[in-house]
Amino acid sequence: MNIQQPKVETSAPVGDEVKQTTCYMCACRCGINVHLKDGKVRYIEGNRDHPVNKGVLCGKGASGIMQHYSPARLQSPMKRVGPRGSGQFEAISWEEALETATEWLGTVRKSDPKKLAFFTGRDQSQSLTGLWAMKYGTQNFAAHGGFCSVNMAAGGLYTFGGAFWEFGDPDWDYSKYFMLFGVAEDHASNPIKIGMGKLKNNGAKIVSINPVRTGYNAIADEWVGIRPGTDALFAGALIHELFRTQQVDLDYLIRYTNSPWLVIQDPGAADDGLFARDEDGNPLVWSRDAEGFASGKAGDLSASLTGSRTLADGRTARPVFELMAERYLDEEYSPVAVAEKTGIPADQISRIAAELAHVAFKEEIVIEREWTDAWGRKHDKLIGRPVSMHAMRGISAHSNGFQTCRMIHILQILLGSIDCPGGFRYKPPYPKQTPPNLLPHGAVQDIKPELPLGGPHLGFPHGPQHLLIDDDGNPSRIDKAFSWDAPMSSHGLMHMVINNAAKKDPYGIDVMFMYMANMAWNSSMNTPGTLDALTAKDENGEYVIPKIIYSDAYYSETVAFADLILPDTTYLERWDCISLLDRPISEAEMMADSIRHPVVEPDRDVRGFQTVLIDLGARLGLPGFTKDDGTPLYPGGYPDYIVNHERKPGIGPLAGWRGKDGETFGVGEPNQNQLDRYIENGAFFEHKIAPEHAYFRHANRGYIDWGIEKGIRMSPDPTIFQLYSEPVQRFRLAAQGHGDRQPPARAKDRIETHFDPLPFWYAPLEETMVDTNTFPLHAITQRPMHMYHSWGSQNAWLRQITAENRLYIHTDVGKSIGAKDDDWVWLSSHHGRIKCQVRLMDGVNPHTVWTWNAIGKRRGAWGLDDDAPESNRGFLLNHLISELLPEREGGYRYSNSDPITGQAAWFDLRVAIEKAEDGAGHTEPFYEPIGTGNQPASPEKLAYGKEFRKAKS
Amino acid sequence: MTTLPQSTGKKLGLVIDLDICVGCQSCATSCKEWNTGGYSAPLSDHDPYGGDPSGAWLNRIHSYEFDDGQQAKTVHFPRSCLHCEEPDCVTVCPTGASYKREEDGIVLVNPDTCIGCKLCSWACPYGAREYDYDDGVMKKCTLCVDRIYNETIPEEDRVPACVRSCPTGARAFGDLDDPTSDVSKSVIARGGFNLLDEFGYKPTNKYLPPRKAEVPAAPVERQPEQVAAPGNTAIEKLFSWVDKALS
Repeated sequence: MNIQQPKVETSAPVGDEVKQTTCYMCACRCGINVHLKDGKVRYIEGNRDHPVNKGVLCGKGASGIMQHYSPARLQSPMKRVGPRGSGQFEAISWEEALETATEWLGTVRKSDPKKLAFFTGRDQSQSLTGLWAMKYGTQNFAAHGGFCSVNMAAGGLYTFGGAFWEFGDPDWDYSKYFMLFGVAEDHASNPIKIGMGKLKNNGAKIVSINPVRTGYNAIADEWVGIRPGTDALFAGALIHELFRTQQVDLDYLIRYTNSPWLVIQDPGAADDGLFARDEDGNPLVWSRDAEGFASGKAGDLSASLTGSRTLADGRTARPVFELMAERYLDEEYSPVAVAEKTGIPADQISRIAAELAHVAFKEEIVIEREWTDAWGRKHDKLIGRPVSMHAMRGISAHSNGFQTCRMIHILQILLGSIDCPGGFRYKPPYPKQTPPNLLPHGAVQDIKPELPLGGPHLGFPHGPQHLLIDDDGNPSRIDKAFSWDAPMSSHGLMHMVINNAAKKDPYGIDVMFMYMANMAWNSSMNTPGTLDALTAKDENGEYVIPKIIYSDAYYSETVAFADLILPDTTYLERWDCISLLDRPISEAEMMADSIRHPVVEPDRDVRGFQTVLIDLGARLGLPGFTKDDGTPLYPGGYPDYIVNHERKPGIGPLAGWRGKDGETFGVGEPNQNQLDRYIENGAFFEHKIAPEHAYFRHANRGYIDWGIEKGIRMSPDPTIFQLYSEPVQRFRLAAQGHGDRQPPARAKDRIETHFDPLPFWYAPLEETMVDTNTFPLHAITQRPMHMYHSWGSQNAWLRQITAENRLYIHTDVGKSIGAKDDDWVWLSSHHGRIKCQVRLMDGVNPHTVWTWNAIGKRRGAWGLDDDAPESNRGFLLNHLISELLPEREGGYRYSNSDPITGQAAWFDLRVAIEKAEDGAGHTEPFYEPIGTGNQPASPEKLAYGKEFRKAKS
Repeated sequence: MTTLPQSTGKKLGLVIDLDICVGCQSCATSCKEWNTGGYSAPLSDHDPYGGDPSGAWLNRIHSYEFDDGQQAKTVHFPRSCLHCEEPDCVTVCPTGASYKREEDGIVLVNPDTCIGCKLCSWACPYGAREYDYDDGVMKKCTLCVDRIYNETIPEEDRVPACVRSCPTGARAFGDLDDPTSDVSKSVIARGGFNLLDEFGYKPTNKYLPPRKAEVPAAPVERQPEQVAAPGNTAIEKLFSWVDKALS
């Protein structure tokens, strides 16, 4: 049949208009173009001009339509009318909801403000939520960082004033050798994908260190299938080899690090292990030019890296470099010694170390460009060591993650590859001072009714003097952050709040207020225990946690356990600012921030959480949210706050188009047209950094001075890398019996052991406390890329890709238990057991099993039918993970967390596997459905877009 | 039977780099999103919130492990219509609804004349055609025919949605009949191959194979410098080297 080719319309307009905003399908914050047709979303694509994603969009971002039109969206404010978990709610008006919340919150504030625990999840408005909690006056505030990435943030900030991911990135353009530690398929999304594509096309080598070879690791040129929790042994052995073969960047170490600083060697003394200092408090070095002591901050290039020195008081001091070399040249860090524990052959470790040194020193990059260092010395070129590294979850979620992260940074620094061409590059406003000069607030003696906190909750202690404890050493905070249990817990311990509150340990609370954190399911360690805590009743039959307020956009598992629901908008309906005061979107070569603005109007009775919070602040009469006459300070809600709030004079949430007429940026008075300018510019602001300010920013005079001028840096001093961490040593000294604040007897050994000022490897805590013969396997999780950081389960498109998960096991493990693909197994830990199906693979460490995280859902939630694969064949490892470590002598149970930072150690999990009968054909535990409240029924089919075709013809 | 054009003016198609595809699903969902409101609207979904969710997709990603003799490796393999030069899916069509365009070689289905008989999907060895049960017609990759010539969008955006969105740059679009095009050049440079070449359908789309790792110039194990030193341990040698280097 020869037919006439039909005429195809090839130039139909995409929609009626395009609005640019910021994606929120995960925490990457990509710029998006939202095409609208007849008031509906026709198409979402990446914004080509945007600094984060440069036009591309990931699998989640491109599914935003289904997120926005999800039937799981909440419809209106609700109050609980049945028991918690029953899902019995009654729709109420916003006025009733806000008055109820105001009454609950106001009563607590007038009596005992600590009885409010306000914790938020993966939101990106912590500079607002933190301010609100400060003005309210409770010490109990944090966000989700305690179970996400505090080890990476703290490890980096205490070492070099930056950190992986949000505070810096590999130099994707110049890097020739890239090491990816413990990054599954996430953190970050599009920037890493863009970067890895560039590296590949530039012929760089990618080495992945990960027990699982999927996603990014699948395209690595070399896979190092390490045993979980042993990365510091691997990094330590690389450092060992660099020292052994005498391949470290001595010039870089003298210029930019505390390697030459002298450490007092006086065991038993109160200042043993601290820096020797002059009368002005400057750390001392030995100056070869001066043939005497000099200040370590003076930039003396003749500072000695070796040699014991006798101090004026007759005591001995040694440079950090010597202590460091002794630590890592010790046989315990030799490749042969670590091979068995890590599972990495010694010759592979030695070869990788040799490759690193080769690329760093023999393939250095030289860029002819003048710049001036912090001490005023002019340079005519930039020397690049094109080795870069990135690390995330697999380092962070172990109880040895802080020290491991620090060790990776030391490896980078020994190679001279921080903020040089080809290395790791800071993103403004980083680097900050190190140790960071922001201290925690919320000591128990500072908490008074109706009195704001004196400063932000979360900070970076420099020693025991900054802990938030009472005179008896007890924690001030409900999560025990900044106590002897987790002294440097800079993000708090959200994972402990619910269970601590239910046990009234350290005390009970009256109101729990949470936002966007699915604590009743996949965001908690010990999900069954958390559900018990949320529903626990006292002897009077009252809930032990009396009142729970929760804000979410979707009918998640947690909604069913709250008493008052404040429904949030979708990301396309809301205002937001991604602020330099918080977690900005800057890239290495630019300072940038961005906004979200409503591109479609809500069709339900929902409000953006931040606007609601500001409203509550005004109703409660909080300072900072009310005028002197008691009227609201920001009657226009969140957009009003974004424009008009000033943290300091001239510094507000957004850096762009400040000043009355928008003619300046960084510092300037509020501009009433600021948001319009952002919208005109695609919802973001960027300022490209001058070329001479682009590298060595820890010690780049021009950059530092510019940063001060623009309000992103406090001090004109350079950031000197703290290879040896004095704050850490101060805690150790306290444990050794020095100072007026010492840990309780039960904690002394724990502090003394783990608070080593030089990074070291120690076994993850859980495996030191359980029988590893009984639980021989490690169990870890990762998110699939198309659901990373997202609430993907109610997304009709994404769940067609992944609606159920399997436990992935090594082929040899499968053989050993006689299991083949899709067979059922029991997986047990010291804490509990689950039943699930397996899949066999070879690209996994043979001692490790893993699964996709957060696929498993509880029946009744997320607008899914009761027979949804997510709740029948999906499962969580959370049921196996205890929030507490096993009991030891003395009976005290510490949090299952890093003993330094309190980071939830959910990758420490040890398990046993055995084959199971098929049984009922569903995973265990198999919870009863939660009630679905007054949520509408979900549709049985979708034909999204049909209306656009009709409209066309 | 539907006849094929004698020749096509261009051979528009995709080149997909398996070396850098990380399997993120961006191309799959971008495709779904564009096309559910585009030429093929809608791409229906059945039981979208229930026990057996399924729907029409024009591009799907498969991930599987293979052993290259050294290390087990996962490969991510995006699969869509290859716009073959001699496709049976066109010639089996009883109504002429399935056709190959003369001007650019794109294989399309005309939804107005498709009777939903599914012969074409049986004829395609690549599984690239998806029947839309709700709409009653066959759906397939259009190479975003409603984007690539679309004068209402910026010129740089006139590429298929999957290419527009791919974060790693693993997908490229162009004329594979033009030896000077970027796509043709990358096929030559990287040894691009046809999928199931032996079937003889002459796919237009090409796949670039995973590269062998280019290890940096094999580093020679550096021997520590032997410096006259009072001791002989690694640490003494290191300190002597440091002192010498800095003196």
